[in-house]
Amino acid sequence: MGKTIIEKILQNHTEDRVEPGKIVWIELDVRSARDFAGANVVKNFEKHFPGEKVENPDKTFFTFDCNVPANTIAYAENQHLCRLFARKQGIQVYDVDAGIGSHVMLYEGLALPGGTVVGTDSHLNIMGAIGCFGQGMGDSDIAFAFKTGKTWFEVPETIKITINGTYDYPTTGKDLILFILGKMGAAGALGKCVELYGEMVDRLDLEDRITVASMGTEMGAISIVIPPSDEIIKFYRDMGKKFNPVFADPDAKYSQELEFDIQGLRPHIAKPPHPDDTVPVDELDEIKVDSVFIGSCTNGTYKDIKIAADILKGKKVAPGVMVKVVPATRETYGRLLEDGIIQVLFESGVIVSNPGCGGCAQGQIGMTGKGEVQISTSNRNFKGKQGSGFTYLASTVTASASAITGKIATLPARVIVRK
Amino acid sequence: MKPGILKGRIWVITDPDTDKLINNIDTDMIYHNAHLAVTEIEKMGQYAFGNLTGWKDFPKKAGEGDIVVCGTNFGSGSSRQHAVDCFRALGVQLIIAGSFGAIYKRNAINSGMPILTYPDVDDAKIKSGDEVEVDLEKGKLKNITTGEYLPNADPFSIVQMDIYRAGDLFEYAKALG
Repeated sequence: MGKTIIEKILQNHTEDRVEPGKIVWIELDVRSARDFAGANVVKNFEKHFPGEKVENPDKTFFTFDCNVPANTIAYAENQHLCRLFARKQGIQVYDVDAGIGSHVMLYEGLALPGGTVVGTDSHLNIMGAIGCFGQGMGDSDIAFAFKTGKTWFEVPETIKITINGTYDYPTTGKDLILFILGKMGAAGALGKCVELYGEMVDRLDLEDRITVASMGTEMGAISIVIPPSDEIIKFYRDMGKKFNPVFADPDAKYSQELEFDIQGLRPHIAKPPHPDDTVPVDELDEIKVDSVFIGSCTNGTYKDIKIAADILKGKKVAPGVMVKVVPATRETYGRLLEDGIIQVLFESGVIVSNPGCGGCAQGQIGMTGKGEVQISTSNRNFKGKQGSGFTYLASTVTASASAITGKIATLPARVIVRK
Repeated sequence: MKPGILKGRIWVITDPDTDKLINNIDTDMIYHNAHLAVTEIEKMGQYAFGNLTGWKDFPKKAGEGDIVVCGTNFGSGSSRQHAVDCFRALGVQLIIAGSFGAIYKRNAINSGMPILTYPDVDDAKIKSGDEVEVDLEKGKLKNITTGEYLPNADPFSIVQMDIYRAGDLFEYAKALG
């Protein structure tokens, strides 16, 4: 019987027979912990395996991205506990300057198509962007993974979604995933993998794939897995990486097969406090914006921030609106600097911070206050997640357009310039 | 070596009004968040089912070696380990349910707490107080009180048995060397 992508990836990493519902041991290509929960991973490891070594320091990483640099004593102490453990074990730390761990892994080629990655980040299933198995887990599980290089996993069923039709700029991958999320609902793919197909999906570049995969968690999915395109495979081959990209068998068995028509899809937005409560932006009543956040593992790439700068260039942020831009990684930040993009943002009145999780993690670049309306390019707008205000989720295009007009209910087409 | 066959007295967790198995028992009904600061397992038993209508006195009634039978989606909700540990504290040796919440399942397996998924739980002829015998490896169930065999449950997976036999996930890691 044929297998889905996730079934084949797991089968390539286990001696057990893989089928949905079965629990199997899998070999892990990457085991990671971030500053959130990292200290508990270390404490668990030292309690249960005192004086012992991690299975393979070359496959084990710390990635600090939540509170960078630490602005609470608790975070500072936790980060330093991880650093000391890492030095002793010979583990590489992507420290407070490096940016979002999942993006570091994706862009440095630690995560590869067909691979397996675990860590303490609940959005680590973002690895599905390149056809890689990624999964966030608790600190006991990750301590065990550090020690053994393995974890167990219940093989999920897979839903196949085919997207019919295409869209053009200013609609982006973010609008596509917000639309799909609205159709699926918060528990629409609970405990399952989702494979995406269709002409538009084939066309998505790495950045849009990251955006789409980063919101699988918001529909309850184990992961959204996108079959790697030639462009994705070339990206990692050019790095000199060796890997086996995995594709579904033609006779793979899916628990459900869905089709969505997106011809001419308009920009979408998620209303607070539910990421799956999505509507076309132009159907919202006029809403005044107090703040804008552009960044996160969903939309913090070079491409995103370049889009923001293209829209904001030569214009000013609306009076009274606070606009915060957080590049995903140090590498992104460097390119933005080199290409004069940070200068453009600065001149239009934007706050640009050092790389990291930014608005999604308390502390790095401020939170919203009571009654504050924020438009954010991130993936979650639950009550309290980004402060006590109201957070709308949208694309970088919509967020940037709103920064200029000071209102959400603005048709992006009126203010954007063509790419 | 931990036993592969368990025998014990059954508690069928039913709604007192309808007498039907309760589905979707979440972690707040099992172990309320008011008691999350408790860290010693021995102290957790007293709060088991403390927020589940009709079962608040469960800790007083339950005894060493008892088996708990529940409906579908048992343990949905938060990731709290307390919701597994409170049963271990009471000496409950097995939890059988129509299905489990994913994180609950992960927590139970990692801590070596035996759980069995039992798709036919609604049709099983068992009532509270019956004595049952359960073969974890085969998923076979027998009601000793009535002498009847029951529909099979899903057997333990290899992984689940590995961790259960070792004690917990960390003991299993030590056994791997």
